[in-house]
Amino acid sequence: MALTTDPLDPLPAAADLPQGRSLWADARRRFFRNRAATVSLVVLGLIAIFAFGGELVAQYERDTIDFTLIGINATKGVPSFATGHYFGTDQEGRDLFARTVQGTRLSLLIGIVGSLVAVVVGTLYGAIAGYVGGRVDSIMMRIVDILLSIPFMFVLILLLVMFGRSLLMLFIGIGLVSWLSMARIARGQTLSIKNKEFVEAAIATGVRPLTIILRHIVPNLAGVVVVYATLLIPEMIIYESFISFLGLGVQEPNTSLGSLISRGAAQIGNGVPWQLGFPLFFFVAMLFAFYFVGDGLRDALDPKDR
Amino acid sequence: MLSFILRRLLVAIPTILILIVISFVLMFAAPGGPFNSERPLPPAVMANIEARYGLDQPYVVQMFNYVKNIVLHFDFGPSFRLRDYTVSDLIAQGFPVTLTYGFWAFVVAVTFGVALGVVAAIRHNTWLDYLATGSAIGASVLPNFVLAPILVIVFTLWLGWLPGGGWRGGQWQYVVLPVVALSTSYLAAIARIMRSSMLEVLNSGFIRTARAKGLPMRRIVWKHALKPALLPVLSYLGPAFVAMITGSVVIDVYFSTGGIGQYFVNSALNRDYSVIMGVTILVGALTILFNLVVDILYAWIDPKIRL
Repeated sequence: MALTTDPLDPLPAAADLPQGRSLWADARRRFFRNRAATVSLVVLGLIAIFAFGGELVAQYERDTIDFTLIGINATKGVPSFATGHYFGTDQEGRDLFARTVQGTRLSLLIGIVGSLVAVVVGTLYGAIAGYVGGRVDSIMMRIVDILLSIPFMFVLILLLVMFGRSLLMLFIGIGLVSWLSMARIARGQTLSIKNKEFVEAAIATGVRPLTIILRHIVPNLAGVVVVYATLLIPEMIIYESFISFLGLGVQEPNTSLGSLISRGAAQIGNGVPWQLGFPLFFFVAMLFAFYFVGDGLRDALDPKDR
Repeated sequence: MLSFILRRLLVAIPTILILIVISFVLMFAAPGGPFNSERPLPPAVMANIEARYGLDQPYVVQMFNYVKNIVLHFDFGPSFRLRDYTVSDLIAQGFPVTLTYGFWAFVVAVTFGVALGVVAAIRHNTWLDYLATGSAIGASVLPNFVLAPILVIVFTLWLGWLPGGGWRGGQWQYVVLPVVALSTSYLAAIARIMRSSMLEVLNSGFIRTARAKGLPMRRIVWKHALKPALLPVLSYLGPAFVAMITGSVVIDVYFSTGGIGQYFVNSALNRDYSVIMGVTILVGALTILFNLVVDILYAWIDPKIRL
């Protein structure tokens, strides 16, 4: 009977060991303890299902015009399950449900694309500026400062006017500016990381600077970047809606929450509150949810911040 | 101090130039000229029009003339669409309106935002604090283009207290809703920044000392805490100014106040390049100027900044 354990014996079964907790697991626990953030995550999930699956439920195409309803949508275009117009119709007799689905989807996409561009470009730019430092850093950051001090919404509209108002242009325009503040944040974070021992070790072993940035700096920026990317999404959604509200963004028959709100707002005197109400509800719910999720992520990933 | 201001000016001027160059390059890179229409004009007519607007000269010359006219005569050239109007005419018409409600919106946002933030910080974790932070979150998901219709529904359609649009030379009834719609979300943002920076200051050592020697709370807040706590708010004012100028476009369009934003959107829809460029450059220059003022103020208030 061997009482002593064989030193070569494998470690005791995993279940016996105290479970190690990774940083990410910790963050996940902190996040889900935040009730507002958890609820918001669920809300976001529901909105995403609505935006990407809503068309399966819709009874009408979003651009089908019901000529019998034009002009009398205040009485005949009321939201009802009987007619299949769950959210009613707009003044052209188009199904508002299908249009809201499409608008929500577009707003979500804009938010996510803008934020993705910010993550990729902004993080790399900021990390390079911060890591290289010196004159390169001050020139790179000066460029960001200059671009930030230009009221870019006007430039974006300029861009849309001159190159035609297309969805692609909108994506490009929003992508062009979204990375600026992200670059600043990433740079600030890089400055505090680059003097840590592991970077010194990497330099000492002769790793090339670019590899250090990509393999050692950028992963350590992940927490902050995730937080600000989440907070950036609602900002991008607001930008797009702003432009569409002015009629300079998405063009018919496509629509976005901004142009739906704009059309609804123009109709508020005509007894069709649903035309403003439904798009507005989805807009506000989405923004609220993103803010709370972002806030929850900040508490979870960036605990030194209060 | 003087050299600091000069150095900042040295940065500001190239920034404005860069803005002008960007808009110019965009204009020339754009497919189609401003006078291309469905029905092509005879070449002779086209040449005449281009000569009239100076479009037949080399780009560099055009750009140089453009900048020269702006700097020397504040002349942004003629409007390409509205005949007999120069861009400066349109700006002179619209700008006073924008300035009026913009000024009030700025004042409201800053004073009420700071006050709300201070109160929330002093009454930390009471219902007042929750009310302040709660409404700050609420206001930040209600951008001006969402708030404006809601305000009109409530105050014009339901209560009938205030007109839902128009300007009438800036009578106060016509100014209220634009100011509220424009200022609310920045008020909220300022309140949130003020609250957290005030909390930080109130927890710092020198405030504890002031308390320990028995100063009344009112005096501590006014004399000691307010100034350092205002610094983050001050650095937010630059972005807030940009956002408000941008927001004024929505206000002009929604409330038909006749401000500069209305011309901007109309000319954007009509591809009236010279108006869009003029407004963009003017707004950009204003922003840069404002940032300069904020920087100087910042350096003046914060003793830690080396000039």
